[in-house]
Amino acid sequence: MDAFLFFLFAAIAVVCGINLVVQTHPISSALSLIGVMGALAVLYLLLGAEFIAAVQVVVYAGAIMVLFVFVIMLLNAGAEQPSNKSRLAHALGLPLLAALLGVLSYLIQRALPHSPRVIFGSFTKGTAREVGRSLFTEYLLPFEVISVLVLIAILGAVVLARKEID
Amino acid sequence: MNFYVLSLVKAAVVTFVMLTTLAYLQWLERKVLAHIQLRLGPSRVGPHGLLQPLADVVKLLTKEDLLPAHVNRFFYLLAPFLSVALAFTSIAVIPFGPEIEIFGVKTYMQLTDLNIGVLFLLAVSSIGVYAVALAGWASNSKYALLGALRASAQMISYELPLALAIASPLLVVNTLSLREIVDAQQGSYFGLLPRWTVLQAPMPQVLAFLIFLVAAFAETNRVPFDLPEAETELVAGFHTEYSSMKFAAFFMAEYAGMVTFCSLATVLFLGGWHPPFPEALGSSLVPSLVFAAGAALALYHGLYPARRRDRRTLPVVALVFAGLAALLAGSPGRILVPLFWFASKTGFLLFLFIWVRGTLPRFRYDQLMRFAWTFLFPLGIANLFATGLMVALWGA
Repeated sequence: MDAFLFFLFAAIAVVCGINLVVQTHPISSALSLIGVMGALAVLYLLLGAEFIAAVQVVVYAGAIMVLFVFVIMLLNAGAEQPSNKSRLAHALGLPLLAALLGVLSYLIQRALPHSPRVIFGSFTKGTAREVGRSLFTEYLLPFEVISVLVLIAILGAVVLARKEID
Repeated sequence: MNFYVLSLVKAAVVTFVMLTTLAYLQWLERKVLAHIQLRLGPSRVGPHGLLQPLADVVKLLTKEDLLPAHVNRFFYLLAPFLSVALAFTSIAVIPFGPEIEIFGVKTYMQLTDLNIGVLFLLAVSSIGVYAVALAGWASNSKYALLGALRASAQMISYELPLALAIASPLLVVNTLSLREIVDAQQGSYFGLLPRWTVLQAPMPQVLAFLIFLVAAFAETNRVPFDLPEAETELVAGFHTEYSSMKFAAFFMAEYAGMVTFCSLATVLFLGGWHPPFPEALGSSLVPSLVFAAGAALALYHGLYPARRRDRRTLPVVALVFAGLAALLAGSPGRILVPLFWFASKTGFLLFLFIWVRGTLPRFRYDQLMRFAWTFLFPLGIANLFATGLMVALWGA
């Protein structure tokens, strides 16, 4: 059952990912991206990280992507036109992409050490309590640094978007 | 019993009850609004218009299902489906009552208890924005698009105070599972005051409850925050281009959202199925007394009828009420009394939604946004910090 669900949602994630690139309309692409996020959330859930799964949906699918869709709607962006300029890109695009993916997967497999097999249900430290505890003890410094980083990003956005006052 | 069979049975029961509630909630809303405005409301179909919901369903089902020529077909059809599906998904984690035993089967009065239940509800409600946004955009009409833009901006903005208001009682009860949240509110202070989170030490969550209610009004697009469907400006907002059952889908989703938010408020703040005062003072007798009083009232008016047909109808009503009172006092009361308290708290909050709709005018859009960002949001943060401090100083 776990393996079946894993392959099902992994396949959904990959199909949505391909669809994201293939679609010409920005809204369709954005919604495919939401599909990818949702499928990833289910994969997290299968691995026992329920808190990460929920946060994945709340933050990525529920907040960030809403903003994307919102902006696309406000700008009323239409479907893209294919440029049809480069015949070379047309002919070599897919083979080159396949080659790149092949090389990448080969390198990743060579570079990474052999890890033990993943067993579904063996990891049980994904609850909100465990995640919160390790965030505020073991990883307190990185956590605080990231929060300052986000604050800087917000301030930067405010400074850039602010009207000039003379 | 087999887990799958049990889950299917429970899901069927909850879906049936939910659909009936939605239909009659709409009847109740029309009736209450009418009485607030000194009208009668639906009164033609059945006694007191009680069969009006059935007539409405038949009407909506048999109407012509138009598909406008200028819409983006896939997303146009996806949006109402998404909206209903999400609205019904969130009810799955709401606990209606404690563990019960029916025909030798032990089970909880809840479809499923997730240990991230609260986060699950937040996730589903934040995905719900897409249904509205897609409906408006795919309709390819200016009113629908404007309505959708207003709705998504409003729902995103009010999700922040909503989440902050939910977070503060979680600090007090120290869990994310909705069933454990209700369990943490059991008992009473001084043998009288209930330990609901609105009253629970070290930090009563009155402010969080009020913020939650206001944000819930905005999240469900209800008056006074119903700008996405402001009919004087936008015809009908994001569902202008929908007809027949697809229109009904949005309608159902709105009411299902109301029911979910009221149930969530009951679970988070008002102690779920626990009575408002301890059983030692006779709280388990209250439900049957209420129904017995209703039966007595109906019997009295049946004996001294104002209209001729009351002589026959009101004694029947009295009989039904007396039967319910007997059931609640008897052995099924162990199951029904917690359900009664849950339903009456949720019902009161639903009535509040309708009451507010009959009382308040609509906000202006800039007022709505300023209210969320400059008042509710800071208030939510302040409440969260105060709760955190209190829990750190005097908490468990």
